[in-house]
Amino acid sequence: MPIHSYTSRRELEEHSFHPAVTLLVPVAAIVLQALLPRPFPRFAIFDLPLLITIFFAVSRRSPIAGALTGAAIGLLQDALTAQPIGINGIAKTVIGYTAASIGLQIDVENITTRVLINFGFSLLNSLLLFLINRRLIGLSDFHLSWTHELIRAAANTLLAIPVFLFLDRAKRTE
Amino acid sequence: MESFFVRFKNPLILIAILLAQAVGLAIQVRRPVEPGAFSSKTVSTSTDPHSVSLVRYWASSVVTPFERFFLTIGHNVRFGWSNYIDLRHTRQQNAALQQQIADMRLQQAAIAQDALQGLRLQALLNFQQHYVARTVAAQVIGTSGSDLSRMVYIDKGKEDGLKPDQAVITPDGIVGKLRDVFPHTSQVLLIDDQTSGAGVLLSSTRIRGILRGTSTGRIIINNLTTDSRIKSGETVLTSGGDQVYPRGLPVGTIETIAPDPDHQPYTMIRVRPAANLSQLEEVLIITGTRPDLPLTAKQDLAVGAATAEEQAKAAAAHAAELKAIEDAKSAAQIVADRLPSLHDSNNPDATADPKNSKPDVGPSAVGGRVPRPLPTLHPDRYTSGSTPSAADLTPGAPNPGPSAVPRTTTPSTGDSSEPASTPKPPARKSQTPPATPEPNPNN
Repeated sequence: MPIHSYTSRRELEEHSFHPAVTLLVPVAAIVLQALLPRPFPRFAIFDLPLLITIFFAVSRRSPIAGALTGAAIGLLQDALTAQPIGINGIAKTVIGYTAASIGLQIDVENITTRVLINFGFSLLNSLLLFLINRRLIGLSDFHLSWTHELIRAAANTLLAIPVFLFLDRAKRTE
Repeated sequence: MESFFVRFKNPLILIAILLAQAVGLAIQVRRPVEPGAFSSKTVSTSTDPHSVSLVRYWASSVVTPFERFFLTIGHNVRFGWSNYIDLRHTRQQNAALQQQIADMRLQQAAIAQDALQGLRLQALLNFQQHYVARTVAAQVIGTSGSDLSRMVYIDKGKEDGLKPDQAVITPDGIVGKLRDVFPHTSQVLLIDDQTSGAGVLLSSTRIRGILRGTSTGRIIINNLTTDSRIKSGETVLTSGGDQVYPRGLPVGTIETIAPDPDHQPYTMIRVRPAANLSQLEEVLIITGTRPDLPLTAKQDLAVGAATAEEQAKAAAAHAAELKAIEDAKSAAQIVADRLPSLHDSNNPDATADPKNSKPDVGPSAVGGRVPRPLPTLHPDRYTSGSTPSAADLTPGAPNPGPSAVPRTTTPSTGDSSEPASTPKPPARKSQTPPATPEPNPNN
């Protein structure tokens, strides 16, 4: 097992959050995601819960915490849809785990890195949803417009930058 | 062994979480609907296990209070603005709406006649129709938040008499049906969701089909083969065959027709929904149907029929009036045709063409100027103008007798040269015959 020194990068950049933040921010993201598309239908292209999953995963830098956070957010998101519970749960579990694993390796405070990881994970989320619906659920006529998914990834990336900057204030360095 | 778990702790926990969710999915997921195998029981029925419904209820209970809170704030702000501040053009709108009501009453009268006829025919054929009897109005308070699952939440639930699989509509057309119904909220599965379906009927060709939602949010009919009678713009109605939506509700209009690459030889008919599914505010949930018309509809029908009757009477009275005018005009025309003196020599077509004569002109005015009679060749005591006026005669005086000097009358000028001794005849007001029509010689 690798031994981390006091000044190792993981310890220096590993953050924690107040329990209220840990609980309320994902709930707020899900509520906003459910609320805003009613007056603004085009808001449905964004995936705020996905951005929150990525943010908590890369900030905590713990794959297990990232996976659990992703699973909780995804399952809550599924419970509000007509889909079987677990579709978003599985996708966001994988994303939370992967994001936390990547966060161990690279500097996720850099804005360019944030743009790249948000764009990449948004596309990965679409790919995972496609595979789950087609392979696990067996919906043979499930299709995705990949142009639309690219636009969705770009839109999520644009939204992620201010959201991450805002949530940076809630970080507590351990 | 212990070192294995320690070393691969993270991946093992990930696999455990994923496995648990996959098992949960397998429990929930049923076999997907095969294209063309439509029935009300196979398409998107709310058959979640009880535990899953409970999870959805918990999630809904977490989210909907916030949605209600923000909705109430927004509603109050809008109410205050629209009812107390933004009242410009209200009078004009009111006048326009009054006019619209008047127009719609006339339309209602026409439709009522057709409806009554339809009811009579249905009674003759012993046809069982289901009319919308009861509806519950509800407000949309939230969405699923995902464009892969097209669903909205409404603020009415089980305590308002709602049940799963009840149809949800707007005045424009169908919206969807209830999925999970909680005590105070409900989920509405929109017709453009990929798990939605409805039995539909093309309005003009009467071809039946199955409407389905897609993952891209479009609604399509893909169980019909190529048919040249199906055209873009045709209205699509509910057929009533799915036991969810009553028959005859508007669904949308056909947008495009193209071969379905995935299911040959079927065509993919894309339908534009009649209701605006992306911005729903208020909806109606059909909570009951009945075989006969509801009381309010009967009253509307009676009002429409009465209006139609009044319209018919008014139209008959107007037609009779027009006929009377026409008859009067015809009589005057006949008389005018028979009296050559009425023709103006300077304008012979003036009375020859009946269109040139005004309908309101009375018989006394026909012909305009009163012509003078032609001069007699051999005047006698009966000749007009030869008898003096009674006012000029003296009682007891001898009869002057007929004038020996013939008078000359110039009809064209109207001037007459008369002897000074000749008494002037009284001027007659008109020589136009009365307006009573003469018997037709052909009869």
